[in-house]
Amino acid sequence: MPELYELTGREVSEKIRSRELTVKEYISSILERIRKVEEKVHAFVTVLEEDALKRAEEIDRKADCGHGLGRLCGVAVAVKDNICTKGVRTTCSSRMLKDFVPPYNATVIERLLREDAVIIGKTNMDEFAMGSTTETSYFGATRNPWNPTLVPGGSSGGSAAAVAAGEATLALGSDTGGSIRCPASYCNVVGLKPTYGLVSRYGLIAYANSLEQIGPITIDTYDCALLLSVIAGHDPKDSTSVKTPRRDYVDFLEGGVEGFKIGVPSEFFGEGVDARVKECVWRAIHTLESLGATYEEVSLPSLEYALPAYYIIAMSEASSNLARYDGLRYGYRVEEDSWDWPTVYSKSRRVGFGAEVRRRIILGTYALSAGYYDQYYLKALKIRTLIRRDFEKAFEKFNLLAGPTMPVPPFRIGEKIQNPLELYMCDILTVPANLTGGPAVTVPCGFVDGLPVGLQLMGRPFREDLLLRAAKAYGDRAGFEGLRPKL
Amino acid sequence: MSVQGVIIGLEVHVQLTSLKTKLFCGCSSDYRGKEPNTLVCPVCLGLPGALPVLNRKALEYAVMAALALNCKVSKRMFFFRKNYFYPDMPKNFQISQYDRAGGVPLAVNGYLTIEDQNRVKKIRISRIHLEEDPGRLVHLGPIDQSPYTLVDYNRAGIALLEVVTEPDFNSPKEARLFLQKLRSILEHLGVFDGSLEGAMRCDANISLEGGTRVEIKNITSFKEVERALNFEILRQRDLLEKGISVKRETRHWDEARRITVSLRTKEEEQDYRYFPEPDLVPIVLSEEFIKDVKRRMPELPEARMRRFMLSYGLPRYDAEVLVSSKDLADFFEECVKIYNKPKKISNWMMSDLLRCLYENNLELKESKITPQSLVEMIQLIEEGTISVKIAKKILPTMILTGRSPREIVESEGLTKITSRKLLSELIATVFRENPKAVRDALTNEKAVHFLVGQLMKKTKGKADPALANEMIKEMLEAVRRKEGSSKASTPSQ
Repeated sequence: MPELYELTGREVSEKIRSRELTVKEYISSILERIRKVEEKVHAFVTVLEEDALKRAEEIDRKADCGHGLGRLCGVAVAVKDNICTKGVRTTCSSRMLKDFVPPYNATVIERLLREDAVIIGKTNMDEFAMGSTTETSYFGATRNPWNPTLVPGGSSGGSAAAVAAGEATLALGSDTGGSIRCPASYCNVVGLKPTYGLVSRYGLIAYANSLEQIGPITIDTYDCALLLSVIAGHDPKDSTSVKTPRRDYVDFLEGGVEGFKIGVPSEFFGEGVDARVKECVWRAIHTLESLGATYEEVSLPSLEYALPAYYIIAMSEASSNLARYDGLRYGYRVEEDSWDWPTVYSKSRRVGFGAEVRRRIILGTYALSAGYYDQYYLKALKIRTLIRRDFEKAFEKFNLLAGPTMPVPPFRIGEKIQNPLELYMCDILTVPANLTGGPAVTVPCGFVDGLPVGLQLMGRPFREDLLLRAAKAYGDRAGFEGLRPKL
Repeated sequence: MSVQGVIIGLEVHVQLTSLKTKLFCGCSSDYRGKEPNTLVCPVCLGLPGALPVLNRKALEYAVMAALALNCKVSKRMFFFRKNYFYPDMPKNFQISQYDRAGGVPLAVNGYLTIEDQNRVKKIRISRIHLEEDPGRLVHLGPIDQSPYTLVDYNRAGIALLEVVTEPDFNSPKEARLFLQKLRSILEHLGVFDGSLEGAMRCDANISLEGGTRVEIKNITSFKEVERALNFEILRQRDLLEKGISVKRETRHWDEARRITVSLRTKEEEQDYRYFPEPDLVPIVLSEEFIKDVKRRMPELPEARMRRFMLSYGLPRYDAEVLVSSKDLADFFEECVKIYNKPKKISNWMMSDLLRCLYENNLELKESKITPQSLVEMIQLIEEGTISVKIAKKILPTMILTGRSPREIVESEGLTKITSRKLLSELIATVFRENPKAVRDALTNEKAVHFLVGQLMKKTKGKADPALANEMIKEMLEAVRRKEGSSKASTPSQ
């Protein structure tokens, strides 16, 4: 018998709907688990103990009265702390927003609440989602539940660690250049970056608007499909959200990969990718083959420029997005007698932002400056178009592309943080999907030296159904999904 | 009328005041006179995570304006971010449009013609942008002396149309005429109300004798534009005469002190780091959309002017003055509807009504006069109840109080004196009091006018002038006859 906190989202909602379990019992178990392991993991910026218990009672009452329950009834969801929650501080793990309480809910939060989910807490992240390790948080690093001396990946490290550690059943992350897939891979959970425009960004505190999406981080593929079904769909408040019919992704999970054509980009197995990771991922591709798929190696030469293009676009957008944090209306403001606003602005920003955020703002400002715009930003946009074309061409031939999610297994906290370039290199396999806008999922595909490795599958825009179907087929056969660390 | 060697270009910001909501959110755009910072939401306050959504109606209005200004409307366009730090901007960038770096503005290559002393001049419009208004900064006294700044974000996010002209003006007056015409066109389109404070603002670029270009900001109306530019011409000319070169800089028009003050020099000029707004998708305008807007476009001032000439038989000058403001033209047509004497109405409006409004520093809309009362006044003259002089006298009261002319005339006893009996008594008194003038008048026509004047003075202008003139002449004739007969009789004595 698993502990209550170890149940999947599907199991929790089913047991609650059948009244086999009360929300209060289950939420209490989750809270107990948080009390026990949070000190080791540090997945949360804010745990909503009281709110969650209150809401649990509400949903229990609703169930007792025989009212219909939502799809996520009672399920504890951890939310990355860059997604706005009304009345609950939303910090982006930054000193700048450490006391910022949004007066409104992000659209995804409204959708979770409508389906009777319980928000259990706000999870730790790299400051303003800028990082791949969750070390740049103002509130201190999150640790990998599989080995607390290692990084959990980032920037949604808190969300992935919370799910792996049983501190939450489902989680939301955001993915600008791999921020969902990287920590999901490092924590042996499933993480999906949806197609750009599938999930509303309204209420997601922007890092790089043209690249990022909110997406699910879950213990298995079924939960991933379930959570995606709840948060996806057009939102009139987000002009970039696409008008697609709402779908239930759970319906597409079965069916297997018989006849699927999988492309394996040779660039995803280049130098810099750990040999043991390569081996793991190849084993996974062969498993898919054994399930009836065929694969072929393919070359996507434009990928060579993906990383610089990604960083130029992301930093440029960030430099503008983060300009609003000046301390005048909200956020951190230095104590200063001066009424001279340029002085107060720059001092507040110097203190309110951490080093990595300042670095990216400065680089982005530079890239957008007069005389450099054409060489950097415009060129990056052109590369983006080339990469998109390369992928479109590949998808004419293949249903999916497969490769590793991360080039190396999780590393020690502090190991790479002093070397930004080396850290940026870790994103090399995840940024292409952000540049093309297409969906990408990471599923657990084994371990090297006891540390999780993720298989990344990429698909055509808005074909999350195919992606999840392949992930489910693989996950069921391989058996790495649902494995939890001992804590 | 051009001023030697002066070159001026304008950047006009016009609020689309007919919109109910802001450009990118659902907040009310009716911000004037409201408690500061009450018409705001996460979007127009630029709170973290909030996203803009374009107001469709704003796009429609902007396209309509662009078509009326003879512009080429872009079929596909983007919004850009203009990045700079300033406390009136909640996001520290403004969502605007841009014509470089791959940007496409709403519309390009238009023009307006202005007419000054029968000379027609074409002013080229290089582009029109749609953008959001920043918040309002409130200072205590002049901007460079205020101890603090208050910020009101109620205005932040209001839809603005930016109209950029080529440097085609050669005098401050031309700039004013352009703004007046622009205002009339936008008012005729029903997208704009120029009587609202701050609804039309402009920046001007001005250079003298091919010299350095100076930008003047914060010009808040077309009345101010002429003042600001005239001041700047004097300032620059003065510098040149003293042999000091004009600096390339941005100056602020201080309306209260009627001077320009330096804001920043070229070296401090901003790099706005324009780039496409990632939160908004490109706008694609179909041929049908543009056609539809064109079809629904109301009558424009030029067409209305031609109609005034044709249907009402007005001279071109009258028609032009009347359509220079939509309110004026509407007022005129209302009057004609009740009293079909277009030229008479036009005469009264163009001369006395406009002068009277100007003297009281009022817009027609702000005054209390109605078409009904103006017509009534003209009818009182026609039926002989009051003189033109009395009419001119009561016009200010009509404008300021809205009282009907008949009521004013009656309560103040201003009706014309037409009684022959009363007039003859009054004239007799005048004659008695001015014996020398009476004697002169017998031989000198000028002295007759003097006597008429004296009578008018006595009656406070109420004597019917034609009748008075006629009777004075009659009575003078009587005097002459009388004197003639007495002279003739003397020798016989």
